[in-house]
Amino acid sequence: MPSLINMTTVLNVDSVSRSFGDRAVLRNISFPVTGGRLTGFVGANGAGKTTTMRIILGVLAADTGEVTLDGRPLTRAIRQRFGYMPEERGLYPTMTVHDQVVYLGRLHGLSSADAERRTTRLLERLGLGERAGEKLEKLSLGNQQRAQVAAALVHEPEVLVLDEPFSGLDPLAVEVMVDVLRDRTAAGVPVLFSSHQLELVERLCDDLVIIADGEIRAAGDRASLSAQHAVPRYQLRVDADAGWLRDHPGVTLLDLDGPHAVFDLEAGFDDQKVLHAALERGPVRSFGPVVPSLSEIFREVVR
Amino acid sequence: MSTYAAAKVVAAREIKVRLRDKTFLFSTAFFLLFAIGVTVLPAIFAGGPSSVAVADRATAAILQQGDFDVRVVADDAAAEKLVRDGDVDAAVLAGPEVIALDDRPGEVVSALSTAPPVRLLDPGTVDPFLAYIVPFALAFVFFMTSFLFGLQISQSVTEEKQTRIVEILVASVPTRALLAGKVAALGLLAFTQVALIAIVTLVGARLAGLDSGVLSLLEPTIGWFVAFFLIGFLMLAALWAGVGALASRPEDLNGVSQPVQMAVMLPFFAVIFLAENPLAMTILSYVPFSAPIAMPTRIFQGNAAAWEPFVALLIMAVTAVGLLAAGARVYEGSLLRTNGKTSWATAWRSRTTTAG
Repeated sequence: MPSLINMTTVLNVDSVSRSFGDRAVLRNISFPVTGGRLTGFVGANGAGKTTTMRIILGVLAADTGEVTLDGRPLTRAIRQRFGYMPEERGLYPTMTVHDQVVYLGRLHGLSSADAERRTTRLLERLGLGERAGEKLEKLSLGNQQRAQVAAALVHEPEVLVLDEPFSGLDPLAVEVMVDVLRDRTAAGVPVLFSSHQLELVERLCDDLVIIADGEIRAAGDRASLSAQHAVPRYQLRVDADAGWLRDHPGVTLLDLDGPHAVFDLEAGFDDQKVLHAALERGPVRSFGPVVPSLSEIFREVVR
Repeated sequence: MSTYAAAKVVAAREIKVRLRDKTFLFSTAFFLLFAIGVTVLPAIFAGGPSSVAVADRATAAILQQGDFDVRVVADDAAAEKLVRDGDVDAAVLAGPEVIALDDRPGEVVSALSTAPPVRLLDPGTVDPFLAYIVPFALAFVFFMTSFLFGLQISQSVTEEKQTRIVEILVASVPTRALLAGKVAALGLLAFTQVALIAIVTLVGARLAGLDSGVLSLLEPTIGWFVAFFLIGFLMLAALWAGVGALASRPEDLNGVSQPVQMAVMLPFFAVIFLAENPLAMTILSYVPFSAPIAMPTRIFQGNAAAWEPFVALLIMAVTAVGLLAAGARVYEGSLLRTNGKTSWATAWRSRTTTAG
């Protein structure tokens, strides 16, 4: 079967709405997931992340709107090439790790021989090679998580949707997971993953989607989101005490810790004037705008 | 991958798992022993021909014409000694006088007497033991097998819900493929078990030397039973899957599956208690749930016309199509609801997954 994807592939969530009874869980949400890029999906509990992912996978139907891959509506055949790790983990407890990964590969359309070959290779890579013949329930929780990762990846999916892939992983397993995700993006796969660990998302992802109350509050690549949400905020480090900033015109001091200060400037005020004033008082070790962290942006947009 | 191909992969896994599970192997072994017991034991209990010791040559000649193991001895004293030692069942002494230890040897007596001819107006073709045991055995095999394998469909569905793997499965293949795979796998195993029992019973009956009159009734009975079993099992299979999906945990399964359990249990008791009542049996043999037991029983009793099993089977097939659709709808409506038990009504109304 020819590959569905290339580096310019876009999985597009287009004006999707969904209600459960009277409760609107998703209100007309739209965002792209671009091929070759890691897209982080963040939002509070109950914001609609899992519902969105289930709709992308076709486990749940959208009331209105659709999800497309390069403009084509998703069919069962296309979705079969997706990889999915649901929020609630689960495999067959009494089946061996090897057998169930092979089984899931077969359900995704792999031939028996292909499924066997890829399972062996993948379990090896995830550090489960020696455990492959054991029943899942005999494995430690961390290793069960790795088996879950294998289950999502065995068919070398061309679109990856992972709900909280890092939760419950030990630091070593996190690194393995990151490696695997980067591998997939290098092959042009659009990867969407949700996480509550904002520092991790900030470190990993190329694009961001922020959802709150069933609405997309922000979406785009991380750098431009940071720029959009940047306030005229600066930090300054000098050798002596920086308390004089308190009385400097145009400056609102936010945080002062001896020689280190964080402050906002009035709109239009020239930052270089503050730098000059500091240099007149002694050496300046660092000076520059403060880029808002993801958690700051998150707090601001969901407010 | 087509729904059919996916269903085959699902069915292959189910069969592999069940064959490793002891339940299937034990229940098959148990039923085979049961089948051998029912057919072979009566022949063993009946024993061989009675042995008779006799001194008088003329009497010996008469007895040899009957079905006796005749031992010609020197005199009456020797004959009596053989009886006392338990070497023969009876002896005929001069007189003639028949002796035995503690059991009146009726057959020997009638062989030596001139009885008036007897004409039965309504001859019973079947031995009373068989007349009782055959309906019971049919009911028992249907009840146990259908219950055992039906419950395994439910358990397999509940397991997938409880472990949450169902979400991955539903994201990969259509729910219909999951359902069809399970029903096909357990249907095949159940059918294999019943067919094995049927073959062993028929072979056993021949080896045990049942008379040809009984065999000519038993063979169509068992043949039809296998066909009725297959349709009867499929009829309830999707409902078993449906109740499995209504429960989120194995603990809930017993409660939610009550209605389906009743559909298997009530016909069992009805046929056992009403086997001797021709009107009730005629009705039961057309009710889809009891037909798999009642119709073969009537065939065995020689009370069913040749066309009757076809009509009953057709009624069952139509019911099966309806119940398969209903079971599939309940299954699909509740499969992804993982918060506690789902009610029949909720499952019936909701279709959570996308089509296609």
